[in-house]
Amino acid sequence: MKPTQQEQHWMYRNMVTSRRFEETIAKIYFEGKSPAFNMASGPIPGEMHLSDGQEPVAAGVCAHLTPEDVVTATHRPHHQAIAKGVNLDKMAAEIFGKASGLSGGRGGHMHLFDTDVNFACSGIIAQGMGPAVGAALSRKMQGRPGVAVAFVGEGAVNQGGWHEAMNLAAVWNLPFVCVIEDNAWGISVAKSAATAVPTNDVRAAAYGIPGTRVEGNDPYAIYEAAGEAIARARNGEGPSLIEVETYRLAGHFMGDAEDYRPEGEKDGLTAKDPIPAMRARLLKEGAASEEDLARIEAEAEARVEAAIKFARESADPAPEDALTAVFAA
Amino acid sequence: MTNSNERKLTIARAMAEATAQEMRVDPKVFVMGEDIAALGGVYGNTRGLLEEFGNERIRDTPISETAFIGAAVGAAQDGMRPVVELMFVDFFGVCFDAIYNLMAKNIYFSGGKLKVPMVLMTSTGGGYSDGGQHSQCLYGTFAHLPGMKVVAPSNAYDAKGLMTAAIRDDSPVVYMYHKGLQGMGWLGTEAGATVHVPEEPYTLEIGKAKVVREGKDVSIVSVGMGVHNALKAAKTLEAQGVSAEVVDLVSLVPFDRETIRTSVGKTGRLIVVDEDYMSYGLSGEIIASVTEHDISSLKAAPKRVAFPDVPIPYARVMEQFCLPNPDKIVAAWHDMKAA
Repeated sequence: MKPTQQEQHWMYRNMVTSRRFEETIAKIYFEGKSPAFNMASGPIPGEMHLSDGQEPVAAGVCAHLTPEDVVTATHRPHHQAIAKGVNLDKMAAEIFGKASGLSGGRGGHMHLFDTDVNFACSGIIAQGMGPAVGAALSRKMQGRPGVAVAFVGEGAVNQGGWHEAMNLAAVWNLPFVCVIEDNAWGISVAKSAATAVPTNDVRAAAYGIPGTRVEGNDPYAIYEAAGEAIARARNGEGPSLIEVETYRLAGHFMGDAEDYRPEGEKDGLTAKDPIPAMRARLLKEGAASEEDLARIEAEAEARVEAAIKFARESADPAPEDALTAVFAA
Repeated sequence: MTNSNERKLTIARAMAEATAQEMRVDPKVFVMGEDIAALGGVYGNTRGLLEEFGNERIRDTPISETAFIGAAVGAAQDGMRPVVELMFVDFFGVCFDAIYNLMAKNIYFSGGKLKVPMVLMTSTGGGYSDGGQHSQCLYGTFAHLPGMKVVAPSNAYDAKGLMTAAIRDDSPVVYMYHKGLQGMGWLGTEAGATVHVPEEPYTLEIGKAKVVREGKDVSIVSVGMGVHNALKAAKTLEAQGVSAEVVDLVSLVPFDRETIRTSVGKTGRLIVVDEDYMSYGLSGEIIASVTEHDISSLKAAPKRVAFPDVPIPYARVMEQFCLPNPDKIVAAWHDMKAA
């Protein structure tokens, strides 16, 4: 099952939007943080985890989702949020800690919540799993349409909670898909040093559910694997597990010196950048013209610029609003 | 009095009745946890629910607290009203992220746009030699962390009203019931916890303490089992010519500091009884509520009768040595007068 031409354009637009967004965030992140790097300074304080290189996973999966479907994301959530349709203005404003942000500045970049599109995050490894499984349970019990997708990194599979949630989804036959973004690194620890099996699709056997591995960070192959898993979930046939080989082009967080990487690894990764690769494929297969692509790229750029402008121009929250919204109104 | 007015229930039955009544009127309410279906809950608080509602809404779970409490958060955010059980509060160690990082924070992280209407019911307390991983109260641990309401009934009337209120609340409520008050035949049960409970649904306001015995010489403030110890001590003190007031906190979050201050303002003396560990917890918070507000309201330094800062020991004589009891409360009064 190949994405339609329209879906290919949608995926490419999402990937480019995410990349442009993060490139812009990266630039602004260093404002006020030089010459001495101080994480607390500048318009975007705190840790910043970029998803450069991992965009195909979010685009290939979310191409099959609608706003009513549920997604839980990780500490590295931007590409997933953009692909799920999270409001980009409010998301940018949240990252800037502004009153107009998704949560009025209470969450920050690791805690993006957009109830309009059923998107939530947890900054704790594997902890989006339980809520996604619970949302899937909710849909099944209510007879409401919708599937739940938990995005996790490959390091998350070694958390006990990941296993618990996979088993729960399987034993209750829930409309749930776990998507593992295997970027090969858990901060500085290589997957090979942390995980007993070379690929995690085999772990699906432990739950009696289908497991698929997608190699090469290929948006088309991701689209196909996700399409099967999500259709299966929608048909009431239960959960699935997908692991995608992807690449973290940047460090774990901004400021990461990445000394742990083997020499030359990053050069090789740049050559595997999925965005130029998809661009070339769209042209080669005649799915888009140079003009189409230029238009999509310009649209993405404009969208990002508008969001950043909105965020920059938004007001800071009233400090005392920190004391509100602890409980439901 | 008619028979219905005299209907007495255990806390376990009161909890089950409140849950059943809410489930009858709201299809979004469901229960999940370990051994809550066919067994009816290890402490009896879901007994009879499976027979009425079936195993779609009364769900036994695998022994996977992280997954099913996390799932309750996800279901609550998606419009359901889960009542989920952590069999022993001591088990929070395997699943606390789901509780304090997800359940307690997601409303805040959404800027108040999300509701997380779930009840986490959990058993507390020892006194029956179950050892240090099945006997704790941990009131202070839960009440310390923002984003969760915390209630702890001392009797069946409060238990029913609190459960109904907790299920209807749009924020997460931790419902801490004491094993020694449940009315289970195989556990020593405090008789004073089994009281008249009206059949019709009603709510008790979460965050409101109660003066359960009026007095003028000293305020004894406690929660759960401690309230019964305080009432027994108050009887002994009465025979000695001392008039003790007893405050049942009922809720730990929100914390009704006003009722404590009013009582101490009247009596001028404060004894706090807490089955949880002494330091950094509920007992210190109660005292601070008074001292930082108006230290002149105190005629004497407050006293604490709390569990010493040691793991809960197994041997009967050792555990009983550590636990609060009426004699210790009476002794605290005499220490206070002697000082």
